[in-house]
Amino acid sequence: MSMQFNRRKFLILGSATAGSVLLKSCASPSSDSGSGDGGSSTSGGGDGDTIKVGILHSLSGTMAISETTVVEAEKLAIKEINEAGGVLGKQIEAIVEDGASDWPTFNEKAIKLIDQDEVVTVFGCWTSASRKAVKDTFETKQHQLWYPVQYEGQECSKNIFYTGAAPNQQIEPAVDWLLENEGTEFFLVGSDYVFPRTANTIIKAQLEANGGTTVGEDYLPLGNTEVTPIITKIKAALPNGGVIFNSLNGDSNVAFFKQLQAAGMGPEDYPVMSVSVAEEEVRQIGPDFLKGHYAAWNYFQTAETPANDKWVADFKAEYGDDRVTNDPMEAAYVMVYFWKMAVEAAGTTDIDAVRQAAYGLTFDAPNGLYTMNPNHHLSKTVRIGQIREDGQFDIVSSTPGPVDPLPWNQYVADTKGFSCDWSDPEKGEKFEA
Amino acid sequence: MQGVFDVLFNGLSIGAVLLIAALGLAIVFGLMGVINLAHGELMMLGAYTTFIVQNAFKPLGDSPLFSAYIFVALIAAFFVAAGVGLFLERQVVRYLYGRPLETLLATWGVSLILRQFVRSVSWSIAIGLVLFSLLFWGGQWVLKRRLDWNQLKAKALTILLPLSSAIAIIGGVVLNANKALAKPWFSARNIDVTAPSWLRGGVNLGSFQFPVARLFIIGLTILCLLGTYWFLQKSAWGLRIRAVTQNREMSACLGIPTNTVDALTFALGSGLAGVAGCAVTLLGSVGPNLGANYIVDAFMVVVVGGVGKLIGSVVAAIAIGTVTYLLGSGYLPLWMTQLGLTETLQPLFDFFTFFSTTSMAKVMVFALIITFLQIKPAGLFPQKGRTVDA
Repeated sequence: MSMQFNRRKFLILGSATAGSVLLKSCASPSSDSGSGDGGSSTSGGGDGDTIKVGILHSLSGTMAISETTVVEAEKLAIKEINEAGGVLGKQIEAIVEDGASDWPTFNEKAIKLIDQDEVVTVFGCWTSASRKAVKDTFETKQHQLWYPVQYEGQECSKNIFYTGAAPNQQIEPAVDWLLENEGTEFFLVGSDYVFPRTANTIIKAQLEANGGTTVGEDYLPLGNTEVTPIITKIKAALPNGGVIFNSLNGDSNVAFFKQLQAAGMGPEDYPVMSVSVAEEEVRQIGPDFLKGHYAAWNYFQTAETPANDKWVADFKAEYGDDRVTNDPMEAAYVMVYFWKMAVEAAGTTDIDAVRQAAYGLTFDAPNGLYTMNPNHHLSKTVRIGQIREDGQFDIVSSTPGPVDPLPWNQYVADTKGFSCDWSDPEKGEKFEA
Repeated sequence: MQGVFDVLFNGLSIGAVLLIAALGLAIVFGLMGVINLAHGELMMLGAYTTFIVQNAFKPLGDSPLFSAYIFVALIAAFFVAAGVGLFLERQVVRYLYGRPLETLLATWGVSLILRQFVRSVSWSIAIGLVLFSLLFWGGQWVLKRRLDWNQLKAKALTILLPLSSAIAIIGGVVLNANKALAKPWFSARNIDVTAPSWLRGGVNLGSFQFPVARLFIIGLTILCLLGTYWFLQKSAWGLRIRAVTQNREMSACLGIPTNTVDALTFALGSGLAGVAGCAVTLLGSVGPNLGANYIVDAFMVVVVGGVGKLIGSVVAAIAIGTVTYLLGSGYLPLWMTQLGLTETLQPLFDFFTFFSTTSMAKVMVFALIITFLQIKPAGLFPQKGRTVDA
């Protein structure tokens, strides 16, 4: 009896030990490559020789599809900076945390990065819901977040730099272009959270002002893949075709485009303008389902600038020839450089000094020249692309020059006439211009 | 009212997806009483199998043979998922029969492992795992031929387990140094499964278009249902499965190998999950979290239908599908307008309009199900008579 007990106990303990060792060995390559990509030695922390920055994105869950790619772009920028000698003579050490597509987790990890790891800045978030979840933390702790994704605007935090597009740099030009080229009847589809809902409020106001009509709108819970009712509604509202404005995020896009095509609604009659579908998503949905539809971004991989040629080549050399670059990745890559330039201009990593130093900095980004404005957003060129058979975009429209960002929307009554300027303590987040 | 037809077809097609996802669960949960939270991940494995089969057929180009890959994928998905299910039953679930809470936790753990597995699996991990299995189980198999196995067993395992895991881990780590071998097969990103061209269009019937993929899924669901029904009702093993479900001890007394029956039932349920995984690639995205999108709905169908009855799941799936569609597509307020009832029943009209978005419809469906379960806690078709395990 005792023999048996011992054997059992041994087996349990033994397998537990073996299991944990196995897990560690599985985990080690990824953490190795993580620090390898960061180009820094994690051993012993290296006090005084490294500057710690946080990276906070979803590496698991429904948003991982998108967010893992911006992590790669950020790591690439950090690696390049380290290879060129680092910042203020120190190497950058990236601490990567997983927000797991869960908004409270984002906040927890943000607190951990700030308090426990004592990072000097954080690059992170994708969905507006995750940004809103951490905004309070960054503001009360007077810390700093760099946010790389196009979003709905109506926000201008002192502690966040927004390097993606504001609505007037993506949604509004897209709506104007559609009104001019594709039709005036719009159906709005979006995921059920803050970005699509706010974006659609703006679109409705804009359509009303510019002679278009909103024939219907609907929202899918994140991760939902049953879109039949929405397709029926679109058909009922637009029996002879019309424009679909799509702000779905993540997995739902795949279901939406697959089932749209199965319902016989092609881009000739039902052109879809997406604001969250870029090269990476096209690759995963399959170009066959998307050919002919449109997307609005600032950057496309097909943008023709020398900086872009170099960046695309560098990215492919790092992560493989089959990889693509896209707008959020470009914004993520660029924001690391803006932070680096601001630190160098300030001569310190002190958060307030870096913030002040960032205003007016310019960077020759893959998309063209970017300027950081005192409202914490970038001036950048806006482009509209049509999806090709190979999954890349034909750029069908570009603004002649960089468009200045307007975080407070000028179509929405509540925010009309307001703007934001953090360079002047008198003005701040929201003042009447 | 051509809308009625539209509602019926789309309700049926949503129901078919629910049913095919729930069918395997209806067997595992319904017949065996095992709460298998890894069911969704077995679907996910079916979907990944489809991806692999599709890529294997890619060199064929656009020939009609390529379009037939989906049939090979269906069969492969069934066997892959059934195989994993069998392994899961033999190694984990079998020790936990009659302990629902532990089963729930264990299978949830398995689901997390499977999800992470497809994210990080690479040649080095796969080779390490194969190496471990070969050494550990192969070693046991060799030693079992010795007559004094029973005395040897404790010692043998003490040596075998650490030895084989050490060799496997060292092997895996060494191989990991090679970049090509350490590259994940799928990575955490979603993968692209493109349906063959004949499944992508639609069949026109008057003003109405049936998406072929939906028709295919409805057909496949019916086929699976008939197959399962035939297997359970007409085959010898089906008879044994039903016997064990009704009274395990008595069946064992009468010489039915209950162990084998359990394994077979679980494998069958898992295999059906694999088929469902293959089917849903036609509709949505394929990624490590695919299963999580379906598991709740699948449990809902089985619980509403009544545990232990296939017919219950069928009716429940179609009912849930139709109600979801009816609420979400906004037909109810539309019909009220057509019938001129808007004025007289204004509050009802506002109520339906409010619930006619996809996310609100889901809320409504859940509310209806909760209400329904208050009235009929055992579901639509409760098991009658003396069920022994209950």
